[in-house]
Amino acid sequence: MSNVIARLDDVSMNYGERVVLQNCSLDVVEGAITCIIGLSGAGKSTILRLLNGLRKPESGHVYVKGTDICHMPEHELINFRSAIGFAFQFAALFDSMTIGENVALPLRENTSMSESEIEKTARGTLESVGLENNYDNFPSELSGGMLKRAGFARAVVTNPAIVLYDEPTTGLDPIITHLLTDTIKRLRAQLNGTAVVISHDLQSIFMMADYVAMLFEGAIIAYDSVTKIRASMNPIVQQFLQGSEVGPIPL
Amino acid sequence: MKMLEDFGKGTTQFFEYAGGLTELGGESLSFIGKLKIRVTETIKQCYLLGLQSLIIVILTSLFTGMVFSLESAQQAVSYGFGNLVGSAVAYTSARELGPMLSAVVVAGRVGAAIAAEIGSMVVTEQIEALQSLGLAPARFLVVPRLLALIIMLPLLAVFADVVSIGGGAWIANTYAHISYDSFMSSARQTVGFQDILKGLSKSVVFGIIIALVGAYQGLGTRGGAAGVGKATTGAVVISIILIFVSNFILSYILFGNSH
Ligand SMILES: Nc1ncnc2c1ncn2[C@@H]1O[C@H](COP(=O)(O)OP(=O)(O)OP(=O)(O)O)[C@@H](O)[C@H]1O
Ligand SMILES: [Mg+2]
Repeated sequence: MSNVIARLDDVSMNYGERVVLQNCSLDVVEGAITCIIGLSGAGKSTILRLLNGLRKPESGHVYVKGTDICHMPEHELINFRSAIGFAFQFAALFDSMTIGENVALPLRENTSMSESEIEKTARGTLESVGLENNYDNFPSELSGGMLKRAGFARAVVTNPAIVLYDEPTTGLDPIITHLLTDTIKRLRAQLNGTAVVISHDLQSIFMMADYVAMLFEGAIIAYDSVTKIRASMNPIVQQFLQGSEVGPIPL
Repeated sequence: MKMLEDFGKGTTQFFEYAGGLTELGGESLSFIGKLKIRVTETIKQCYLLGLQSLIIVILTSLFTGMVFSLESAQQAVSYGFGNLVGSAVAYTSARELGPMLSAVVVAGRVGAAIAAEIGSMVVTEQIEALQSLGLAPARFLVVPRLLALIIMLPLLAVFADVVSIGGGAWIANTYAHISYDSFMSSARQTVGFQDILKGLSKSVVFGIIIALVGAYQGLGTRGGAAGVGKATTGAVVISIILIFVSNFILSYILFGNSH
């Protein structure tokens, strides 16, 4: 068995009355790309937030690099998080800063790079997502898809060992989607980094994923390599992958 | 029974709030102690929160000083105590009006702005984004605003003192024919440097209240744009109440035995 770098262990989680995760377990393999699929509102974004300690589960454990982060105090969590990239579903750029400042911020705060190196790296990362001309724009001047790419750039600019991507390609055109999918793969290859990617884009999942996990009704009901998931006999997985209206998934 | 229950709930909420506020204050203080301060951002906040409040502080204190002088001059002159007007205006300005007026005005303008800005950062997930980059909101957002108000509110209060005494002198002169000289010498007799310093130390406390309550309300925002509105109103109401309560306590401590 390959190295597990992060693990959800029997996690339950609710928002008020609403149960989101129930006895959910998931292994994230080091150096692999794990894609999480599941219905809208199933709790995929919640899983990413658990993995970097932004949310705490009601019960169960979350281990990252062997440490149970559920009992980590906030001042330790803050340091711990700087080693994990997080690309938010809705970009979450700081709107009082330019795109360039947004991407440069983690370098400025968490590394000892010189100002000229910082700017060079930030510009390079923006170029890799096709935003080289938007360094000095404010977030309010960009389209939704452009914001998403800027958020992507901010998440990966420090080359973190683990990157969590929340729907990095949703709503983007096919060419950019391809570009970002390639970027995720390239980062993994360059640094033997680990990626957890939430995506609804089956084509890009099949392109990049090493493992696919399907979240359904609060738990991971299928977890396997891409080829095995594609061939899965599980009727829920089958129906989801085919996008069919008929099957066990209630509409 | 229901009333008791509500009372119990209210008390719990009060202590929870007070605890949360203290915790945020402690966290910010520890960053200040470790000198983890964003200097450029603090200067920017001094400008945004402090300097931009100058006009409104000057206007409110000018007219308050004038009205105070108007009413006391009327009374004083009719009883033959015209020479006391200067001391009355200066005394209340330095001890109460300057610090209080500037604080209340700034609470309305700046406390609301802090809560709204941080609150909308909560609902657009920018606070989570900060945390995900390993940046503590207390250091990144609260400390610069807290320091800016600790620095700028006393300065604003000095302006308020000067302007309200100046306005008072002007009204006393034109309305009750009290000369500037006699107004100012009477003012100097009763108000010492100590009084002004004590007034300014109140401003420091008020600045801390406005920044922390605004930030705490903002960080506690739940539920979209409506939530931001609620947080903002709450910030103004709570900080103004706390300013009045602490003003009484501070006056008691600072001036209580000086009569
Ligand atoms: N802050 C919150 N307060 C209350 N409920 C929430 C909150 N965040 C999420 N939820 C609820 O938790 C459930 C899971 O949310 P989550 O964002 O994890 O879903 P998701 O799988 O990422 O969905 P999508 O694919 O649409 O992004 C949803 O039903 C949502 O209503
Ligand atoms: Mg989501």
